[in-house]
Amino acid sequence: MDYTIFAVAIFVVAILVFGGVFLIRPRRPESGQPGAGEESAPSAGTAVAEPEEAEEAGTATAGTVTAEEPEVPPTEVETPPPSAGRMVRLRARLARSQSTFGHGLLNLLGSDKLDEDTWEEIEDTLVTADVGVTSASQIVDNLRTKVKVLGTRGPDEVRGLLREELLAQINPDLDRTVRTEPHGTRPAVIMVVGVNGTGKTTSCGKLARVVVGDGHSAVLGAADTFRAAAADQLETWGGRVGAPVVRKDEGADPASVAFDAVARASEGDDRADTVIIDTAGRLHTKTGLMDELGKVKRVVEKRCQVDEVLLVLDATTGQNGLRQARVFAEVVNVTGIVLTKLDGTAKGGIVIQVQRELGVPVKLVGLGEGPDDLAPFDPETFVDTLLE
Amino acid sequence: MFETLSDRLTSVFTSLRGKGRLSEEDINSTAREIRLALLEADVALPVVRDFIARVKERARGEEVSRALNPAQQVIKIVNEELVEILGGETREIRFATKAPPTVIMLAGLQGTGKTTLAGKLGMWLAGERNTPLLVAADLQRPNAVTQLQVVGERASVPVFAPQPGNGVGDPVEVARESVEHARRNNHNVVIIDTAGRLGVDSEMMQQAADIRDAVEPNEILFVVDAMIGQDAVNTAQAFLDGVGYDAVALTKLDGDARGGAALSIRHVTDRPIMFASTGEKLEDFDLFHPDRMASRILDMGDMLTLIEQAQKTFEESEVEKMASTLASEDDFTLDDFLQQMSMVRKMGPISNLLGMMPGMGQMKDQIGDVDDKDLDRITAIIQSMTPAERANPKIINGSRRLRIANGSGTQVSDVNGLVTRFFEAQKMMRQMKNGGMPGMPGMPGQGGGGGKKKAKAQGKKAKKGKQRSGNPMKAKQQEAEKAAERERRREQGGEQPQQLPPGLGGGAGGPQLPPGLGGSNTPNVSDFKLPKQ
Repeated sequence: MDYTIFAVAIFVVAILVFGGVFLIRPRRPESGQPGAGEESAPSAGTAVAEPEEAEEAGTATAGTVTAEEPEVPPTEVETPPPSAGRMVRLRARLARSQSTFGHGLLNLLGSDKLDEDTWEEIEDTLVTADVGVTSASQIVDNLRTKVKVLGTRGPDEVRGLLREELLAQINPDLDRTVRTEPHGTRPAVIMVVGVNGTGKTTSCGKLARVVVGDGHSAVLGAADTFRAAAADQLETWGGRVGAPVVRKDEGADPASVAFDAVARASEGDDRADTVIIDTAGRLHTKTGLMDELGKVKRVVEKRCQVDEVLLVLDATTGQNGLRQARVFAEVVNVTGIVLTKLDGTAKGGIVIQVQRELGVPVKLVGLGEGPDDLAPFDPETFVDTLLE
Repeated sequence: MFETLSDRLTSVFTSLRGKGRLSEEDINSTAREIRLALLEADVALPVVRDFIARVKERARGEEVSRALNPAQQVIKIVNEELVEILGGETREIRFATKAPPTVIMLAGLQGTGKTTLAGKLGMWLAGERNTPLLVAADLQRPNAVTQLQVVGERASVPVFAPQPGNGVGDPVEVARESVEHARRNNHNVVIIDTAGRLGVDSEMMQQAADIRDAVEPNEILFVVDAMIGQDAVNTAQAFLDGVGYDAVALTKLDGDARGGAALSIRHVTDRPIMFASTGEKLEDFDLFHPDRMASRILDMGDMLTLIEQAQKTFEESEVEKMASTLASEDDFTLDDFLQQMSMVRKMGPISNLLGMMPGMGQMKDQIGDVDDKDLDRITAIIQSMTPAERANPKIINGSRRLRIANGSGTQVSDVNGLVTRFFEAQKMMRQMKNGGMPGMPGMPGQGGGGGKKKAKAQGKKAKKGKQRSGNPMKAKQQEAEKAAERERRREQGGEQPQQLPPGLGGGAGGPQLPPGLGGSNTPNVSDFKLPKQ
């Protein structure tokens, strides 16, 4: 029997249902000159993206600024396991993971003449770090223009320019503090979201340690009611630092778990300063699950304002990371990114693109499986280590 | 932005449409586009370089094809190369012939889905009349053992977990014992779930190697996430050096990642990709099909999966009934449509289905907007009509429209739009039934070959748009054309009716086009028979 008939059926349905959409919209990209369209498309894209970025950055900072006064600067730094060591470790780890990247760039810039091939290789090196083709070519183009304008030739100067350029892409001015301070009697609420297997539960556990290490109390909400044993995993983490875990049976409504966690932290004997809600991993393409995530946030907000929505991105993720970030930002208004598994060979360059497109800053980095391998993200260190 | 490789190429080639062959310049400008498309699909840079070199080489030596325009020619080459790299045939598990049990070991980075895959693999093997045993050798991550136990329970596969995990116990010992345990309890397959580890973590890699040496697995599967980026090459190499593996399992393919990593890993390590995991449910697991992956990387749709899904969902009789409605003498009515829509909906969200159609990549955004709620609305409108109106929508006048709109809780304009679109669809169906090609009045596609049409096709090339020419098709392939034509019309706003549909593929013996372009690779299309009048 032949099933291609379904193709026909689907098309008929599509035409009838979305006819208007499909008949009208796709005209646009074609109307321009094909050759020029190709060139102009990316720049048009960024032109649109920039105001958005600025705006989002604005709201992001605005959002935190209001709540900032009582805040202890980078919370994690004050954690008992020597906080200073965290940055050193970040540096050391990055040095390991990024060495090829840094060295490659250095060698390229160190060569006497900067010809077309060199530029191309710089671009390729950036692409290899998952920076993305668009970002990479923009960085290189900017660098080229600067070198031309300034007439720079020396490798050191060019290196300085590259550092500036990379820093500019990461935008060091963004507020990267994670809000964990309670508002009066109301606890701070942190929601952790992301696709499957990026390390959400682990990040929640580590974050709880940081909060407790800071002298605050934390309640963990195991709103991952889908994956087998996710709540157990979180409980193990919570048990280590004495943070209670609010959990329900597998398959329970995650929104209700989250709500209960917040309720428990805001009243009674178990009153806590910070609530960390671990959500189930979900692919951003599953609209049903994304709606569920939106619901979790809405339900929590009935009780308490959500201070932070942290998107956990895996450093190994390629260009798909951008799509993930985009969809999650749409659904739950992501306020920060946790870049995990940076201790491997992956470079996590996708972060540059995500920040550029969405203006959402990377706030924390995960550097390993150890319980304290979570550090605040420092753009300067990040870039410096790239170039060291 | 241009989403698909074919769009990129088409844009490069619009200026040279009249030419029938590839010049050196064409090849070079194309190479850049292919490079970008592959990089955006997360294919690793060194692999892209090699790949481009090969494609260039072939494109230069390629005979000028009279049936394909340059863009099609390049896509054909690229597709063939991709399929070749991804491995021609599907690889099966090598079972231990002499001394059972067969041992399968899973290894990979953290969070790639090893534990879940273990459960899926166990269930899949059990379905193939094996008696698998899952072994919890991930003693690192908190509660990984519990997770495997739960997964095993769901899959009804026994789990061997002598150690509680959470950092307690020796995985090597567990693995060794498990084989003994399996032998005693008559399990013929042992699946060892190991802890996630980084390629640079020499201590953990040594542990993996120790497990390997202890149990001498028949198959080591490297589990990798389809979303992985440029790092795929490093990691794959590190694991190959550290543990070694025989095949790759690709997970999380249900997302929208293009999975270029599959290509990178295959190219760098020369290990075949054996399994693909495509969802959160335990059944969402299957052998890997290289040709489908190639289409996915190029974003050319996935007709095969679509058809399989249909096969799984429907009985043959239902399909026959549907086919007969579509091809019956009577006019296509709203009732028929309603029925069709409910069948299509059974197959899954409409946006997913559309995504599987070839050439829909550039409409990704629109597809993303598409919501099944729109379908509900349409259903409501149609159900608010009287049977007479459904059979003959022509009688729907102003006051009927208002009534229908009120009845369905929609606006009159919605009803208008639906009716207009319906007439359009009806006209198309009629043309299709008459054996003509919709939108191609000058070319009643009575099928059969003939140079005459080819000439015509070539002549029409000069017309605007991203048309592709092709050689004539057989009448029985018209179905594919209809589909492609409709899609094309939507893409191009329904104007320019003289255009050739992209689906104009070769007939039997014609040049092979990649699936996205029709041709004899397009599954089953050639089997489709329209009842002749």
